[in-house]
Amino acid sequence: MTESLTLDYERGAIHEDDPLHGELMQLNVGPQHPATHGVLRLKVTLDGETMREIEPVVGYLHRGKEKTCETLGWRKFFVHTDRLDYVQPLLNNCAYALALEKLAGLEIPERGKVIRVLLMELSRIAAHLIYLGTTGIDLGAVTMFFFCFNEREKLYDLLDAYTGHRMNNTYVRIGGVYADVDASVQGAIEAFLDQFPAKVDEFERMLTGNRIWFDRNRAVGVLTREQALAWSLTGPNLRGSGVEHDLRRAAPYSGYETYDFEVPVGTVGDCYDRYLVRVEEMRQSTRICKQALARLTETRGGDFLAQDRRYVLPPKSEMRASMEELIHQFKIVTDMALPAGEAYGAVESSKGELGFYVVSDGTSHPLRCHIRAPGLMNVQAIPTLARGRLLSDMVAIIGSLDFVMGEVDR
Amino acid sequence: MGSLNPAGASGPDGGFFATKADWLVNWGRKNSLWPMPLGLSCCGIELMAMIGPRFDIARFGAEAARFSPRQCDLLIVAGTLTWKMAEACRTIYDQMPDPKWVIAMGVCSSSGGMYDSYAVVQGVDMLMPVDVYVPGCPPRPDAVIDALLKLQKKIERERPVELLLGGDNTDEGAGTRTSTYAPNKAVATTRSHEVLPADESPGPA
Amino acid sequence: MNTLERIAPAIGKLAAKTSTSRGGTACLEIEPRDAHAVIARLRDAAQFETCTFVTAVDHFPAEPRFEVVWQLHSIAHGDRVRIRARVGGAEPKVPTIVDLYPGAAYGERECFDMFGVVFQGHPGLKRLLMPEEYDHFPLRKDFPHQGIEPDRLYREWDRARHLKSPEAAQ
Repeated sequence: MTESLTLDYERGAIHEDDPLHGELMQLNVGPQHPATHGVLRLKVTLDGETMREIEPVVGYLHRGKEKTCETLGWRKFFVHTDRLDYVQPLLNNCAYALALEKLAGLEIPERGKVIRVLLMELSRIAAHLIYLGTTGIDLGAVTMFFFCFNEREKLYDLLDAYTGHRMNNTYVRIGGVYADVDASVQGAIEAFLDQFPAKVDEFERMLTGNRIWFDRNRAVGVLTREQALAWSLTGPNLRGSGVEHDLRRAAPYSGYETYDFEVPVGTVGDCYDRYLVRVEEMRQSTRICKQALARLTETRGGDFLAQDRRYVLPPKSEMRASMEELIHQFKIVTDMALPAGEAYGAVESSKGELGFYVVSDGTSHPLRCHIRAPGLMNVQAIPTLARGRLLSDMVAIIGSLDFVMGEVDR
Repeated sequence: MGSLNPAGASGPDGGFFATKADWLVNWGRKNSLWPMPLGLSCCGIELMAMIGPRFDIARFGAEAARFSPRQCDLLIVAGTLTWKMAEACRTIYDQMPDPKWVIAMGVCSSSGGMYDSYAVVQGVDMLMPVDVYVPGCPPRPDAVIDALLKLQKKIERERPVELLLGGDNTDEGAGTRTSTYAPNKAVATTRSHEVLPADESPGPA
Repeated sequence: MNTLERIAPAIGKLAAKTSTSRGGTACLEIEPRDAHAVIARLRDAAQFETCTFVTAVDHFPAEPRFEVVWQLHSIAHGDRVRIRARVGGAEPKVPTIVDLYPGAAYGERECFDMFGVVFQGHPGLKRLLMPEEYDHFPLRKDFPHQGIEPDRLYREWDRARHLKSPEAAQ
């Protein structure tokens, strides 16, 4: 802690007495590489061990999602939103639903909001577990991978029981969620949340005071406040640099203004601070989930889906009994149109501000659906953080910026 | 080899020695399949879960997931392959030494999945022969382990020693590596360095 | 005071039209050549510290075809503003804002990649998501979803091309 935060990076460069002095080497990292967190390619120009320049090349997972949205239509695109940031599928669903509900002017019932908050915070925990596990294994702490994936398996069991699939659940609909949380699922979530804080403490015991973890992360990838804002960073990357900005507080959605939680903010803006911010966010997410569970008990029996038949499917029992509901079902499935106009709906995802800019011309297919992915901004910041540093710092920086190529490339 | 005469036999059992040696070689190969995890997208997360503690692919001898293709024999294409990534993927396949097998994990690598768009390869078997296809989006790790077991059964049917001693491979499964599903015969069974043959035109979609 | 009132002194007469979107965001419609001036004023005088996204919308077959959209976010005041400019389809050109917000660099590259809108003054305007040799602009409305003869297109772009000299690859 008393060490100077400015280290001499020229020590990694080739010494002037060395015959190779002044020769730069081009190193190609990726697109297939264990430490690039997906298919990211980095063209690194090296002077010895010091990185002189880094150029990220993205697009190796570009699947044409924005075009797909225009082709498929509003409803069918929910399935594709899961696969954007695939470590937190339900958060992506909720972001898209938020944008569509703004366009439609739809209000979600209380229970629907509570279930969404619960699913979003569980997804945030899952995403931060991936961050911790993969960054740990990249920096050598192999045990972290297994511990974090073990916790993720418990989350998978919950989500499997509730939504029917471990990941890529697609459980959110316009107007709420697909089905209600029943008592057994609620009990399982409570059991998970009861044992989870002890696990976070265990992770911290392994890493936070660990000399190696500290040395590899402290003073590495320092991002100042002005840099973070100029590079359009949001989420833990912005908060690690001291900017207290969280969309759940600044522009609350889904009832977040009524929940009691804290937003962790860093001071120095290095990888270590971003690590601490994310670990604390896991704890705060647990806190929010517990409050959401209490509200689930209170709102038992309430609606979890808005009853607007222009956008929300009727329950099957009603559909089979009533002609009118059958017509609604038919209309929604084949041709659900949203009013003309544009809207931007954003949530605070685990990587930052995940937003959907949707432009409608009044038909069932969007005119434009732009996905504002926080991961793209995170990748963009890699050269700023990594220039002049040692090659081994690159792995720490990439891990701490935490992006998922599914949403970077869309 | 005298009365045992393994070479030149064209029946299902090509001689006692070759059969036993084949069994031994196949036993060794199938129980030490070292995966090359080509984790491209969401299936990559389930692949990591499979290597993780609960599903534990180490039980099947497949835990040594080396990230260098030179040290692997099982390429698991987990995720969506785009045309931008296609060359890198084919290069990885080419760099793997023989014998090698390919599992197409998930629907994206089996057939393009839910992405019938301008940027996605409609199935990794357009570029390389695939041994086992695993449907699912993503498939459960159990499903991929099932695929591994099916691949092990497939490996059991191979006859590398018999081929070495001069047998022919007219029988099904005798040391061949071709894909069992070949929509474009000229494309899917090539093992050359061309991504696609220059003069064959499979046509759009 | 709402966002439009707050930013009115900063932008003066540069915005041809102001409105509020369905989601409640303040929207400005400007001429493409004023983009840099307007955004600079919003950043300096109205405290919009960060640029959320840069993208475009294709209104084919209506002309002017492309509508470039910038969205800025003010953390200090807690609001957003969306700036829109219509550019023609023949040679769509818009000034870059990378000198104001470095974080807009990738967004502008993606716009160029997907629509073909050129951002004048961008230090390295090349494709972001598609391969560099790709000839088409996928998000245009007249580009088919499945692509244009994807097999033949990519067969032409193959290993041999990279092994040949750069001139031969042209």
